[in-house]
Amino acid sequence: MKRIVYREWLVQPQRYWGLLAILAAVVAVGGLSALYMEHHGHWVTGMTNSVVWGMPHVFAVFLIIAASGALNVASIGTVFDKKAYKPLGRLSGLLAVALLVGGLLVLVLDLGRPDRLLVAMTTHNFSSIFAWNIFLYTGFAAITIGYLWTMAERKGHRLQKPVGTFAFLWRLALTTGTGSIFGFLVGREAYDTAILGPMFVVMSFAYGLAVYMLVLFYTFDADGRPIGPAMLKRLRSLLGLFVSAILYFTLVYHLTKLYGAKHSDIEAFILINGGFYSAMFWVGWILIGGLLPLGIIYHPELNQRRDWITAACALVIVGGFAAMYVIIIGSQAYPQEMFPGHSVLQFGAPGDVGGRVAPYSPSLPEFLLGIGGVGLALLIPAVGVRVLQFLPESLSDRDIDPHASARPAA
Amino acid sequence: MVTVMTKGVLLALLAAALGMGAMAQAEEVGDYVLPSSRAAALGQCVEATEYMRRNHYELIRHQRDATVYGGIRGTDHSLSGCVSCHVGYDGSGAPIEINAKGQFCRSCHDYAAVQMNCFDCHATVPQGESWNHEVSAAHAHLKAFSEAEAKVR
Amino acid sequence: MNHETESTNQGRRDFLSAAMGVSTAAIAPGVILHTPEASAAPRTDPVTDVHRWGLLVDTSKCAEGCSACVDACDRENGLNLQAAPLGDDAMKWQNQRATWIRKVKLQDNLSGQITNLPLMCQHCEHPPCVDVCPTGASFKRADGIVMVDSHTCIGCRYCMMACPYKARSFIHEQVDQKLTRAPRGKGCVESCNLCVHRLDAGDLSTACAEACSAEGHRALVFGDLKDPSGPLRQALAKQRTRQIRQDLGLNTGVRYAGI
Repeated sequence: MKRIVYREWLVQPQRYWGLLAILAAVVAVGGLSALYMEHHGHWVTGMTNSVVWGMPHVFAVFLIIAASGALNVASIGTVFDKKAYKPLGRLSGLLAVALLVGGLLVLVLDLGRPDRLLVAMTTHNFSSIFAWNIFLYTGFAAITIGYLWTMAERKGHRLQKPVGTFAFLWRLALTTGTGSIFGFLVGREAYDTAILGPMFVVMSFAYGLAVYMLVLFYTFDADGRPIGPAMLKRLRSLLGLFVSAILYFTLVYHLTKLYGAKHSDIEAFILINGGFYSAMFWVGWILIGGLLPLGIIYHPELNQRRDWITAACALVIVGGFAAMYVIIIGSQAYPQEMFPGHSVLQFGAPGDVGGRVAPYSPSLPEFLLGIGGVGLALLIPAVGVRVLQFLPESLSDRDIDPHASARPAA
Repeated sequence: MVTVMTKGVLLALLAAALGMGAMAQAEEVGDYVLPSSRAAALGQCVEATEYMRRNHYELIRHQRDATVYGGIRGTDHSLSGCVSCHVGYDGSGAPIEINAKGQFCRSCHDYAAVQMNCFDCHATVPQGESWNHEVSAAHAHLKAFSEAEAKVR
Repeated sequence: MNHETESTNQGRRDFLSAAMGVSTAAIAPGVILHTPEASAAPRTDPVTDVHRWGLLVDTSKCAEGCSACVDACDRENGLNLQAAPLGDDAMKWQNQRATWIRKVKLQDNLSGQITNLPLMCQHCEHPPCVDVCPTGASFKRADGIVMVDSHTCIGCRYCMMACPYKARSFIHEQVDQKLTRAPRGKGCVESCNLCVHRLDAGDLSTACAEACSAEGHRALVFGDLKDPSGPLRQALAKQRTRQIRQDLGLNTGVRYAGI
């Protein structure tokens, strides 16, 4: 294996500054939306006392689990000693931190009292998985920055394996913790199951890798760096594996719930008669996020083409948002069952919802806040790869793995 | 000897002048008690005035935790007591919001440039009080009753 | 956190004195213990776990179409002062405004029998909202009342996700009108606190139970779950009651007869 040379992103200045301007504008719009929501209060959003977490949480949770998944690429190189993944490590770490910062910002700006962030950082209730997550998130950012240092600094090379292993274990804890935010809720039918923890881990593998691949393709294409067919094959096969695993976990999750008679109503809601939510599940989560990308990845011709693989990554991400929407909002819209064997004829005042599906339609500001988080998650790496040496000069098979060219590419 | 005494007198005069100046300034700065409020008729606040100026927030915050977690509302240091006694009244006898411009809390906080967010949530005029220093008089007969009952026990 | 430890210790100390008080009462049964007036003095010591406040709802006495408890709660806790923000959808506002108690009407799927009941915070012994709160703002007072310390609530709404009873409300809007006894502000979560300001002033009653009695229904009995001779335990002894979502094992402070 040749020595890997890293170079700053050498895209033309006009294109670069144009990209930065667009991302900065997206972030600014997100910030203004947050200010607007904060000034008026949450009544300007679609959120109510029934659907208490809305669109911002869909974005925030997606970004946070994608963050831990993006770090996986580095882990495969460091922890599992796959040499071919080593050159991918630096971008992996950068993207992980950026996605986390983007997700956390959305989460924090959606608080009722974001001005009390200091309270959240100084007052902890350790029986709350949320309080644990505050440490898991900040710890993740710190460890990943340390990990990046061991990758970039010659003096840190010998620490790379222990730090990388620690980061890998930490990210497993982080995603399990994120899934457990929902998994530990006993009062709601769709949650209250341990499988949400591992399911979120598997989802993070796929979503993080999909985001990683899109960023990699874009940056490499923009300044003409090569990606060899063997490298492409590695990444797309990995994505295929992770997407299949999501489908498997989804199946087990629903089978578990379907087996108990008391959960048949919530299952019918998500799978059959939930209208928009059922559509989101089948079309978004399963078809767009699962079957279509798998079809591309395992198609003998389409999987040779970069644009089709790019499309598969985009589909996985869209499916990921659909999955988050179903898990977070669909599960809240479904009424909490307090009186088994009874129908709720009246629940408080007429618009007050109980015993029936709660309406929720996201308002523009909350959507823009989420998009702003995505903008920030992309703005950080856009600056990072330009000013520091994150990107390898080449991912051609010759440079990564001299023996690969002897084997057939696909 | 004479020079020493002269110097001493001069120093004393200087000190007196400075002291007077400081007092005059303190009066000017501190006198935000509104004539229409009940506080105007009282000699001092629940603690010495100078102490209250510097430490009222510490007292309120301590009381806040005692109230929220311990259920203790019947003390001198509650925010509702502050509002009840310091709130100003307009010509028709209606209370004016205590955090409005020119009112007791706001005037001093504006002068000191200190943010005040008690009234994000707390009532700015006495309305629907449960118990505080001010309304204790109304409860006095009940108190006497329970004390009598305690004696019986 | 400190406060809880303090009050727990205080609780142990007070328990002895209270136990002595109970024995005195047993010796001299003529002494009135449960009339509100008898103890109507603001407390000077922190609350203790000598008492655990709770409610009994007798659904057979809860009248259809009556909203006395809801109206009384609204007046007592300033909930009627909430105003829909200009431009908010009227139906959506009903699901965004704070509601501490609501009338629920149920129909048995098999028999078609109708049941009416008021639903509010159930004041669990093991409250999920307290477990999940990241800052500890959602807490259980030593005397069993589950409430929110608005000073440390960051408005994350995780407690609302965790509550099995939909008992909590988020303040979605700027609040202009509020009562001294019921502070309320945008961005925090709140719920029924068993009229804690009354209890602290020595008045052993809640607005909902008082209003229900005034209407002549007497479907709500408020009292001390730990006082075997008190009105609540006396009423509980007379009929079979259960907890909503009893399967969760939360040991609620609000019990229902006839569901």
